Amino acid sequence: MIYQKRATAHLWRTRCSLYSDANTCIALSICALLKQVSLNLQMPEQSQAIVIYTGWERHALVGSDIRLSCSFFSWRWTSEDVTFSWTYRPDGSRDSISIFHYTGGVAYVDNKGPFRDRLEFVGNPSRRDGSILLKNLDFSDNGTFTCDAKNPPDIVGRPSSVRLLVFEKVPIQAGVITGAIIGVVLGLLVLIVVIYYLMRFLVARRVFSLSVRSVPGPWLGALCQWGLCQGRELKPEPIPGTDTCVAKLA
Amino acid sequence: MLLLLLGIILLHVAALVLLFVSTIVSAWTTGDTGTSDLWTNCSTTNGGYHCDPASTGEWIQAVQALMILSIIFSCLSLFLFFCQLFTLQKGGRFFLTGTFQILASLFVMSGAIIYTVMSPEWAPDTDSFGYSYILAWVAFPLALISGLIYVILRKRE
Repeated sequence: MIYQKRATAHLWRTRCSLYSDANTCIALSICALLKQVSLNLQMPEQSQAIVIYTGWERHALVGSDIRLSCSFFSWRWTSEDVTFSWTYRPDGSRDSISIFHYTGGVAYVDNKGPFRDRLEFVGNPSRRDGSILLKNLDFSDNGTFTCDAKNPPDIVGRPSSVRLLVFEKVPIQAGVITGAIIGVVLGLLVLIVVIYYLMRFLVARRVFSLSVRSVPGPWLGALCQWGLCQGRELKPEPIPGTDTCVAKLA
Repeated sequence: MLLLLLGIILLHVAALVLLFVSTIVSAWTTGDTGTSDLWTNCSTTNGGYHCDPASTGEWIQAVQALMILSIIFSCLSLFLFFCQLFTLQKGGRFFLTGTFQILASLFVMSGAIIYTVMSPEWAPDTDSFGYSYILAWVAFPLALISGLIYVILRKRE
């Protein structure tokens, strides 16, 4: 650190020596350095912004209620002046109207617009939750809901939107049936392969153990070591059909 | 012999490439206002060109699954062909390879048939079928012929 300071000072002295008024030059340079350092110290706080979280898309049935959640992340403590506001833009329209605002500890709900008497505030601002409850949904409620939260002095942030889709019956999620069909077919394939190899193994084992009956003496010790005797008694006559197998073994 | 081998592999790879293109490129139906496809629905509205994920109906998901399965089976069949090429006895037939390839062609066929039958539900009648749909139909006979060749072919030397 000390060497850096000395080097910087030397650099400025060389630079400043080109000017006529060297002392002013040095003073100005030191001022600039201090300003830079203070900016650097402040930068982390200025670059933090408030981050707002809502869902991406919500599906609901006609006539049901839905809770649209909104929360935020901020580096600062939740202030008393925290505000939440929700705006609604119907599908196919370009204008958005404000339907909810929470400020100064009081929640103001829509009393003139499309959601009058249907909107309720169910959030907890001290816990950074600004969720609202929409009741008795209809097809005309399809649209985009935008939540904007401010936590003074942390006010720089981007509002987040959630899209509401109202259905008569809730459709199956995209990809469920696709995944199910692929999984079933591949599972059947794996099952068939496993069963095939199992059958082959069992049949081979059975054939091998059956042919033990007509195997000559010296071989028996080796086979019994492998545990393929299974306590069978030796019979001299060969089993029909295993002649060729025995001939190959011998 | 080598020429035959190359020809068969080329046919198989051609069918596989057609399957890939048909599944990945979303151009199953095209119309004036936009395209309605296997994975996304893109439309040109006043605000420009924007795409939504395809409708979550049961049948379109079945078509997606069948196309993906046909790709998987065709790849497996290519892999099995190379395995069997080196391990099969002389005079043996590439049954396993042929089975997988024929299954792949059957999946493509069912996928294309389902799409043909159900497409009035998804797209307006004025829309015509795009090239991905046509490629799917072309891939079906190619894969079928390829599979049959594997079943008939006997391994030499």
